[in-house]
Amino acid sequence: MEIFGIPSALLGSQLLIGLINGSFYAILSLGLAIIFGLLNIINFAHGAQYMMGAFIAWLALTKFGINYWVALIATPIIVGAFGVFLERTMLRKLYKLDHLYGLLLTFGIALIIEGIFRDQFGISGQSYDVPELLAGGVSLGFMFLPIYRGWIIVAALTVCFGTWFMIEKTKLGAYLRAGTENPQMVQALGINVPLLITFTYGYGVALAAFAGVLAAPVFQVNPLMGSHLIIVVFAVVVIGGMGSIMGSIVTGLGLGLIEGLTKVFYPEASSVIVFVIMVIVLLVRPAGLFGRT
Amino acid sequence: MTHKKLLTVACAAAFVTLSAGVQAQYSGNVVKIGVLTDLSGTYSDLAGSGAVVATQMAIDDFIAKEKPAFKIEMVSSDHQNKADIAANKAREWFEREGVDTATELVTTSTALAVMKIAKEKDRIALINGAASTPITNEQCNDVSVHYTYDTYALSNGTAKAVTQQGGKTWFFLTADYAFGHALEKDATAVITANGGKVLGSVAHPFPGSDFSSFLLQAQASGAQVIGLANAGADTTNAIKQAAEFGITPKQSLAGLLMFITDIHSLGLKPTQGMYLTTGFYWDRNDETRAWSKRFFDKQKRMPTMVQAGQYSSIYHYLQAVKAAGTDDTGKVMAAMKKTPINDFFAKNGVIRADGRMVHDMYLVQVKKPADSKYPWDYYTIRQTIPADQAFQPLSQSRCPLVKK
Amino acid sequence: MRPTTLASQSALLNPAVLYTTLLVLGLVAPFTLYPTFLMKVLCFALFASAFNLLLGFAGLLSFGHAAFLGSAGYVCGLMMRDVGVTPELGILAGTVVAGLMGWLFGTLAIRRTGIYFAMITLALAQMVYFLVLQIKATGGEDGLQGVPRGHLFGLIDLSNNMAMYYTVYAVFCLGFFIIYRTIHSPFGQILKAIRENEPRAISLGYDVDKFKLLAFAISAALSGTAGATKTLVFQLASLSDVHWHMSGEVVLMTLLGGLGTILGPAVGGATIVTIENQLAESVGSWVTVIMGAIFVACVLLFRRGIVGEIQALLKRAGMQ
Repeated sequence: MEIFGIPSALLGSQLLIGLINGSFYAILSLGLAIIFGLLNIINFAHGAQYMMGAFIAWLALTKFGINYWVALIATPIIVGAFGVFLERTMLRKLYKLDHLYGLLLTFGIALIIEGIFRDQFGISGQSYDVPELLAGGVSLGFMFLPIYRGWIIVAALTVCFGTWFMIEKTKLGAYLRAGTENPQMVQALGINVPLLITFTYGYGVALAAFAGVLAAPVFQVNPLMGSHLIIVVFAVVVIGGMGSIMGSIVTGLGLGLIEGLTKVFYPEASSVIVFVIMVIVLLVRPAGLFGRT
Repeated sequence: MTHKKLLTVACAAAFVTLSAGVQAQYSGNVVKIGVLTDLSGTYSDLAGSGAVVATQMAIDDFIAKEKPAFKIEMVSSDHQNKADIAANKAREWFEREGVDTATELVTTSTALAVMKIAKEKDRIALINGAASTPITNEQCNDVSVHYTYDTYALSNGTAKAVTQQGGKTWFFLTADYAFGHALEKDATAVITANGGKVLGSVAHPFPGSDFSSFLLQAQASGAQVIGLANAGADTTNAIKQAAEFGITPKQSLAGLLMFITDIHSLGLKPTQGMYLTTGFYWDRNDETRAWSKRFFDKQKRMPTMVQAGQYSSIYHYLQAVKAAGTDDTGKVMAAMKKTPINDFFAKNGVIRADGRMVHDMYLVQVKKPADSKYPWDYYTIRQTIPADQAFQPLSQSRCPLVKK
Repeated sequence: MRPTTLASQSALLNPAVLYTTLLVLGLVAPFTLYPTFLMKVLCFALFASAFNLLLGFAGLLSFGHAAFLGSAGYVCGLMMRDVGVTPELGILAGTVVAGLMGWLFGTLAIRRTGIYFAMITLALAQMVYFLVLQIKATGGEDGLQGVPRGHLFGLIDLSNNMAMYYTVYAVFCLGFFIIYRTIHSPFGQILKAIRENEPRAISLGYDVDKFKLLAFAISAALSGTAGATKTLVFQLASLSDVHWHMSGEVVLMTLLGGLGTILGPAVGGATIVTIENQLAESVGSWVTVIMGAIFVACVLLFRRGIVGEIQALLKRAGMQ
């Protein structure tokens, strides 16, 4: 069977791959959306923090023999702590200013982090093997699916929806949302808003690092791996509606699928399609697909 | 070198010296070499600081061995892969700092830009890192030498060997920019000439990180060989993911532009059995080993072909300056073209009228992890591609300097 | 703003004295400094000044200005090399094309503000990058090479560095003058009003969108002038000029020099180009780290930028 001249088996596998890439977009854009929602900061260092996640996992394995599963938990905590440090020392000073300054500061931080890693580890990148438990693959009939790729979808969706649940359905999440709407009022109610903000930034950064560890076994661990991705992830957040939690998850997955299809029908344009969509969406729905105006 | 050959060289040198006038002429009393390379970007591992180290080694060795009457200085700069920065720096070096030759020049856009300025200012451009063939074709000039390799030599060597060994059907993963398409075109010509067939190709954006989608298209084509007409992180990611999706070893991969740094970064597991073409392998013979170990002591990495070629080209250049008795561009170029290159890098290498240095290339196969006995033991040399077959023949050249 | 009536102001604060001094400095500079380097400085100074017209005075952050710089460079290069026009026509062609593109970008982008505005301009610029990469005539990643400098008005040979320098200098002064006049015209005042309080400007009866669009188009056109001139100087146009990093770099230049000051962006542009040039030889791979550190320092320590801080200092000194 063929659809538009493409065998349906190939199309099916392309969609599945699109979903896998969409999972990365979803976690990364979720982190960005959370940070933007509460801090009003466009975290340009997100790509660099994603790269740090992958590199620290690699360092842990090669230098200290720490396995993938430990790294998957420990790395986001380490990088998240680094995020907390950034927030406490620098970002904190910018909340009352224009968005522009947060964007520029984090852009500068991204340049510094990437430069240091490049100087230390070179540009060619490092290899991280798939953990033994998830090695190999299964035949789905229409394609051969490496088990690890399946794990990416499971892990990413679990974390995304877990985060969504935490923000939308728990008390902590209620504080967070209230803190976004009216920080003075929440502060007056006896809740430590600055601490809440610090925690949020740390969590958003930890999500980036988590995506980095997930990515380490499938992509070469390379100092520039994040900077190539960050612009696309920005577009995802904007399309979803800045600050919208569910919007960023759904848009991330959706754009993964669309990009996957573009790779079949017009592969050259697969890197630009997301920007075309962004312009169209913003002209039709100014606040993004899921954003509130 | 035989005595007879030595004599010829000596005579040639004497002749050039005489014709240059009795007195040796060196502008500013010093021969100045400018290394313009990528110290911070995508190509900093394959050229970068390693190329600067190789240049310094060449200068030190030359001074120790040849005791020249002139002084030699080196400057180096990071062009960040931007043609305008390269052009600006090269112009400044030529106009203000008396640099005699700008060298290394990884990435074609910077190389082409510097070649033009070298021609305008009558200085020399020694190109090692850049890969594209226009350097010695449409854009060629008489002050530039393309020394180490080019896309023709690499794709030609690999595609021919793989097709002849039975890889008759091909599918290309091509980086969607001029150089990716050039690689694909050159390889396709060789494949069809050797009875193979190209079933299709997919152009992927540059840079890309996930290649699984393109790899599955390659898999669906049923081709025996997947040709990777890309470079750097794109190539390594594609290889890694091909293994992940079980595409290799059922279908085999052929990297059309790969360096030993790529193999080093991927490890042997996903790369084993791959064929590739290189201008230099450190473990080829005693001579290459001796030089490479010295390089390793300084740089903590084995040299790529670009870095080895950098050393060789600088040494050859300095010899030509000594032979010519001047750093005058025309005379040094004449001496460089007249004298064959014989060192650890090349045997009887010759610089042609189009600026192409032709030398033997090597078809290598990546070892299995079990066969690798010591660090950087990565290749088995399968075939030496003789100089006259390795590069684009002069008869096909589109360079106006080539008289037909 | 600069206090113009204070009696105690230093002579340097007097605009006439200041600009005359700078004009003369620019005329004699190539005798002491390297002309090609100066030309690059001037191109980026003009680019940053044009960018500042939009960000500093209309309060619109475009993250896609590389598209204008780069496209104009390619247009000028193609006109010069393949059509064979004279340099002034090449620059004019680049400027016009960039202006038209700016008008088109603006039409789409000015309906949104803040971060959405930045993102739309970024997206459009990414599409331009894609086109430049795909079109055969631009030479892909090899760049557009071998552009002749040609003869200005068919008379003056620009391959002479001094002739080229004074041409670039004239272009810069003209561009800078246009920006200066724009800022100090009623149009510029309205832009500032829009930046400070848009609803108020609307209620005063101004067609805000029309003013924004015009500002965007002027900024884009002058960025194009800078790009076309740069192509002429280096005799090439390359992909890095249309890459989003360039859009980021011009923000850095403007910020470092002083957002919303007249001379700031030019100072910032000159500083960044000088740093890049100097660091390239001395620190190698640490260039990006140092650039990043400058970004961070600018944002955290002196948001007013070099010129902004100096003005504030002088103002404080003048007050006492």
